[in-house]
Amino acid sequence: MRKLAIGRFIFPLYALLALVFLLIPIVYTFVFSFNQARRRNTIWNGFTLDHWANVCSRQDLCDALGTSLTISFISTLIATILGTALAIALVRYRFRARSAVSLSLFLPMATPEIVMGAGLASLFFSLGIERGMFTVILAHVMFCLSFVVTTVKARVQMLDPTLEEAASDLYATPTQVFWKVTFPLLVPGIMAAALLSFALSFDDFIITYFNAGNVTTFPLFIYVAAKGGLPPEANVIASSVFILAILIVVATQVYGNLKKKRLALAK
Amino acid sequence: MATQLKVTGADLELIDVRKDFPGFTALDDMDLHIPAGQFFALLGPSGCGKTTTLRIVAGLETPTQGQVLIGGQDVTSMKPHERPVNTVFQSYALFPHMTILENVAFGLRQRKIDDPVAKAQEALDLVELGHIAARRPQQLSGGQQQRVALARALVNRPSLLLLDEPLGALDLKLRRQMQIELKAIQMEVGLTFLHVTHDQEEAMDMADTVAVMNKGRIEQMGAPEALYDRPKTAFVSKFLGQSNLFVGKVSDSNDSSVSIEVGGYKVTVDKKRAEKHTGKIAIGVRPEKATFHTSKPNLSSDHVMIGEGEIIDIRFTGVSNQYLIEIPNVGEVTVFAQNIGKSPVIELGAKVWVSWKVEHSFGLADLPDGSEEQD
Repeated sequence: MRKLAIGRFIFPLYALLALVFLLIPIVYTFVFSFNQARRRNTIWNGFTLDHWANVCSRQDLCDALGTSLTISFISTLIATILGTALAIALVRYRFRARSAVSLSLFLPMATPEIVMGAGLASLFFSLGIERGMFTVILAHVMFCLSFVVTTVKARVQMLDPTLEEAASDLYATPTQVFWKVTFPLLVPGIMAAALLSFALSFDDFIITYFNAGNVTTFPLFIYVAAKGGLPPEANVIASSVFILAILIVVATQVYGNLKKKRLALAK
Repeated sequence: MATQLKVTGADLELIDVRKDFPGFTALDDMDLHIPAGQFFALLGPSGCGKTTTLRIVAGLETPTQGQVLIGGQDVTSMKPHERPVNTVFQSYALFPHMTILENVAFGLRQRKIDDPVAKAQEALDLVELGHIAARRPQQLSGGQQQRVALARALVNRPSLLLLDEPLGALDLKLRRQMQIELKAIQMEVGLTFLHVTHDQEEAMDMADTVAVMNKGRIEQMGAPEALYDRPKTAFVSKFLGQSNLFVGKVSDSNDSSVSIEVGGYKVTVDKKRAEKHTGKIAIGVRPEKATFHTSKPNLSSDHVMIGEGEIIDIRFTGVSNQYLIEIPNVGEVTVFAQNIGKSPVIELGAKVWVSWKVEHSFGLADLPDGSEEQD
C-alpha cells in the first residue's frame, strides 16, 4: 500500500516538474514583456503595459517582423499550391520520374540545415544572383515544399477515387470535379500543410542567415539583438506568436470535439 | 410515389466491345442489346468482366475496341459527364462534405436545371428520406445511404441507370426489402436499369432479362425462368442454381430424343432441349426435378432411371432436404425433396433408385471442366 502511495505521488510530481522545465523560458519571456526595462531587459524593475501598447516604438524590430510575415506568407502560398499539385500527381498518376521525384522531395528534410543553407548560398553566389528577399523566399519554398507534399499526400491517399467518378457521372467536368469534390475534401490536409509551412518559414534561422543578404527577418533580428540585449518589444512579439499558436491549437481541438459530438447526437 | 419522375428509358447497345488490361482481357468482343425500359441483370462471379462492362457504359473506362450506343447515339468517345447515364456505386460514393439534399441536387445543379432543391427534395421523398435531407452521409445507416445514392441518380432522369452491386453491403433482410423497392421504383419510373450482381437470387428475382457472364463473355442470356429451365453451358447450369450433370457418348438417337450411356444406365434428353445431338455430350437435371425410390420402380420410357445407389449425406435446409446419393460407376447425384411431412427416407446408407421425367433433362453445348480427358 505504502509503495503504491509513493508511486501515486511521485509520477504526477515528475510530470509537473517536466512541464515547469518546459514552460520556464516561455513564462520568462512573457513576464519580461511587462518589465520596465532599462538598458538591458534582464532585471525586474516594475510592471508596465508600455511595450504591449507601443510594440513598434522600435521601428527596426517591427520592420523585421513585417519582412518575416511577408516572406512566410509568400513562401507558404507558393509551397502550398505547388506541393498540393505534386501530392495529387504522385498519388494519382504513374509517370516516369515518379520515384525520383519522391526521393528528391525527401532530401531537403533529411539534409542538415547548415549544409543546405551554405550550399544554397554558394549556388546563388556562383549563379550571380544577389541575395535578398527573393533568395530567402526561394530557399523557404524549397524546404517547405517537402513538408507540404508529405502532409497533403496522406490526405490524397485517404480520398476515395469513386467520389470523383461519382461527380463526373453526375455531369461535372474534370475542372468542376476538382473544385467541387477533390479540393473541399483535401482542405483539412492543405490547411494543416499551410500552417506547418508558415511556422517553419517564420521560424527558420540557419538557411535564412546564409541567404538573406541585407534583409533582416525576425529571427535574424533577435539573433543580432540578443548580443547587445534584447528589447522588451521582442518579448511582446514572441509572446504574441506563442499565444496565437496556442489559440489555433485549442480552436482546432474544440471544433473537432464539437463536430464529433454533433455527429454522435444526430445518430 | 411521384409520377412526375416518369421518363422513358433508352436502349443500350454494345457492339464488339473489347477491353484489354495489362496481362488479361476483361471483356472479349462482347455484343449486347438491352431494350428500352428493361430491368437487365449482368450476373457473374467476381472478375468475369461485369463491372468493367458497367464502367465502359458509364464512360469511366475506355474500351480497347468496339462501340457503345445509348438510344441509338454513339457515345463511345464521350466523357462520363457528357453521357445520359447515372450510376449507383457499390460504395454509394456520397459526397461527405455535403448534406443529403445537396448530394441529390448535385447533378441538377451541374446541368443548371431550374429549382434543383425542390426537385431533390421530391426525389428524397420518393425514397422516403425527405425528413433527413439536412443530415450528412456519415450520419445515415447503410440502407439509407443506398437509397440516397439511388435518389441522387434517379433525380437526373437518366435514359439509363447503372447499378453496381448496390445491395452488396446490406444485410440479408434489408437486401430483400431493397430489392422489392428497387423493382417497384423501376416499374414506376420506366427507366432502363442495368444491374450488375454476383447474387443469382437477386438477379432472377428482379430482372426481366439476365445475362450470365464468365471470363469476359456472355455465356447465356434470357428470361430468368428460361435460363433456369434450360441452361446451355456447364457454367450456367452450375452458377444459376445447382445441377446434376452426366457425360457420355450418344448411344441412341431417334426423331425426338437422344440418349447417352453413363455407367451402364441410359440418360435421355428431348432433342429440342439439347444443344448437341452427336458425339460426347453432357445431360443435366435440376436436383428438385429428380426423385428417389426405396425399391426399384417400374417406369415408362418417358422417365430416366438410374440406380441402385446409396444415400451418403442428408442436409436439412428448412423447406427441403438435400440428399447426396452415390451411384456406382456414375458418381454423386443430388436430389432435393420438399419437406411436406412424408420424406421417404431419412437414414444414411439406405439403398435408393433415382428417376426424373425425360422432359426435365437438358443437353449442354459444352462439357463440364475436367471431363474432356477421361474417356
